[in-house]
Amino acid sequence: MDKKTYSNLVVSSAPHLVTNMDTTRIMLMVLIGLAPSFLVSIYVFGMRVIALTAVCIIASMFFEWAWNKLMHKTQTVGDLSAAVTGTLIAFNVPSGLPFWIAIVGCFVAIIVVKQLYGGMGKNIVNPAITARIVLFISFATEMTTWPLPRMAADATSTATPLGVLAEGGAELPSNMQMFLGFIGGSMGEVSAIALLIGGLFLIWKKIISPIIPCCFIGTVFVFALIYYGATGEGEALQMAIFHVLAGGVMLGAFFMATDYVTSPLLPMGKVIFGIGCGLLTMIIRLWGQYPEGVSFSILIMNCLTPLIENFCQKRLYGGAKKNEK
Amino acid sequence: MSQKHLHSIHVSHYKHTAGCATEVMPVPDVVKISMSQHIGAPCKPLVQKGDYVKVGQLIGDTDAFVSAPIHSSVSGTVTGIEEQRSAAGGMDTLVVIETDKKQEVYEGIKVPEAKDLPEFIKAIRESGLVGLGGASFPTHIKFNPKNLDEVHTLIVNAAECEPFITSDHRLMLEDTEDLISGCQLIMKYIGLDEGFIGIEENKMDAIEHINEVLAAKGITNIKTFKLQARYPKGAERVLIYEIAGKTMNAGELPAQHGVILSNVTTIAFVGQYFRTGMPLVSKRMTVDGDAVATPKNVIAPIGTMINDVIGFCGGYKEEPRKILMGGPMMGRAVFSDEMPIVKNNNAILAFSKAQSMVKEETACINCGRCHQACPFGLIPTALADAYAKRDAQALSDLKVMQCMECGSCSYICPARRPLGFTNKLGKAVVKEAGIK
Repeated sequence: MDKKTYSNLVVSSAPHLVTNMDTTRIMLMVLIGLAPSFLVSIYVFGMRVIALTAVCIIASMFFEWAWNKLMHKTQTVGDLSAAVTGTLIAFNVPSGLPFWIAIVGCFVAIIVVKQLYGGMGKNIVNPAITARIVLFISFATEMTTWPLPRMAADATSTATPLGVLAEGGAELPSNMQMFLGFIGGSMGEVSAIALLIGGLFLIWKKIISPIIPCCFIGTVFVFALIYYGATGEGEALQMAIFHVLAGGVMLGAFFMATDYVTSPLLPMGKVIFGIGCGLLTMIIRLWGQYPEGVSFSILIMNCLTPLIENFCQKRLYGGAKKNEK
Repeated sequence: MSQKHLHSIHVSHYKHTAGCATEVMPVPDVVKISMSQHIGAPCKPLVQKGDYVKVGQLIGDTDAFVSAPIHSSVSGTVTGIEEQRSAAGGMDTLVVIETDKKQEVYEGIKVPEAKDLPEFIKAIRESGLVGLGGASFPTHIKFNPKNLDEVHTLIVNAAECEPFITSDHRLMLEDTEDLISGCQLIMKYIGLDEGFIGIEENKMDAIEHINEVLAAKGITNIKTFKLQARYPKGAERVLIYEIAGKTMNAGELPAQHGVILSNVTTIAFVGQYFRTGMPLVSKRMTVDGDAVATPKNVIAPIGTMINDVIGFCGGYKEEPRKILMGGPMMGRAVFSDEMPIVKNNNAILAFSKAQSMVKEETACINCGRCHQACPFGLIPTALADAYAKRDAQALSDLKVMQCMECGSCSYICPARRPLGFTNKLGKAVVKEAGIK
């Protein structure tokens, strides 16, 4: 027998198998999870939804690509995380927003929030949330000009349900209208049912843990139930459901508070994070200057994440015994 | 009985060879028998160049406590004593024997008899038996616990949670009698009340077969125990938790929790040895991987070269780029296929280029999959950060020493980070710093 030997084999540490679920696939799953809401938005707000989303995705991916190119870093645009950020920015702004403002938002998200802090996995706060807040403060008029949903009566712009709640002047939409998404608001946050379907898909695929969404939404619900029950400003159960469906709670709870990089890793930390988001959201909504509080609450909890993580690690392992000798 | 489970991961089973009955490989032209086939002090060769040796003849031994003697697996002439770099990186002494293919059996081979535990332990040592699941810890030490009065349970590790490997599965189907008599012998001499054979539920035919044999023999104190077909159910501490319900920390021995735990192949060998008297000279192993022409289960003499074993399985189908001794999760990659089979080899896996390349590492996205996968609830990302700073205290506080290097974290990581390997390095940092 012809005996050939091989003595230049690859030597690496075990394990020699890896799962096929990599970062790119995870990001792809998130994009799929966002698809139902995207479709409802097209139905509600028309074709500009597609254009705005495309602009945001292309701009985000371009900034990511250009930064890596200029800084001679490994090209990471292929992992699709910039596409997810771009989509979330589009979902968080009114569908009629001028494109150039959306592009400014993408610049803030990708360059300022993500890349200046070290890129993928190193950012402290969620890029899309921060971009929304920066745009909201910088372009207050454009960011609060809510285009009419197709079902509305003749008018050129409308108010969000939370805007109505804060300032009055119109009738609140029914909970069913809000559940389906036939209301004014940011492009991708209007339809609770579509976001729920996408969120459950991600939980089913084990992309996200259900802890943060459950704690976030649960806290908003319970807080509203107690507040309206105590003050009698409205029918408690009705208003509790209203607060869960209104504004960015669904989008925030399933797609932005669950961002791996900026939320705690340990289950107990996720509980604290989710409850914190819910509490801050309700405090801002009920007593704050702004009608909506989801993005601020997530931003604040993002900043607290390292502290929560540290606290939970100590709890898990019984703390460091540094002073014992 | 409600069973408690530790965290585990799903790894594709790839048990292609489960239906392949074991074939006995013909004796190769040359064998190279390593003098270091166990944890502990290596043996010194007892033969010289030119000596004629027979099957089962003692050719290596030492006085060290933690060690096991080495026997010739063939009959033939010793042509030299060589030094070769081992897969682990150290130098290895090899006794090279040119075989005469007659396989003459050494005259001293006789079925052992043992009246009590010390004689049983002596016989086990003389058989050269080591833990055949992978750790290769000398079995005569394991079967002789200090707290003899407190041990009561035998756990047979037949989980075989590593992908590809089916040698234990075949053993359970083919050598059931030896397995059961091995259990009975160990339980009799050590004085154990009950035995559990832990088998993953992807081997239902083995579970049913063993149950039938046990029922036919009227044995009631040995039972099969069905485990989830997930990784790493075959780890010592996982089995002790799931079968005996005890939490065993790193550095503890199963005997401290009243358990003697051994691999199914080790125990079946005890049965075989007390039937035939032949020391440990051959080994059943799975030969698989996409570079092997005909994957098989084979019994090969210890000391056979890897390329001879693969030659018996039809040779290479394409050029191998990675060859593993053991399974893909915890097995060791060897740098050459001119390495001899040792006692604890349960698989030889050869992979082509497509399956061999190390995936490029990307940034951690803090997804937490590693923490969810870890059977002991460690936080590999935090450990990797602490290791990057070489912070021995932080590593110790994060319990790096509890890591059993199962590799679940590396397997599951979407960023392809070598987290399990980092833990291994982290353990070395803690040891060096001398933190208890």
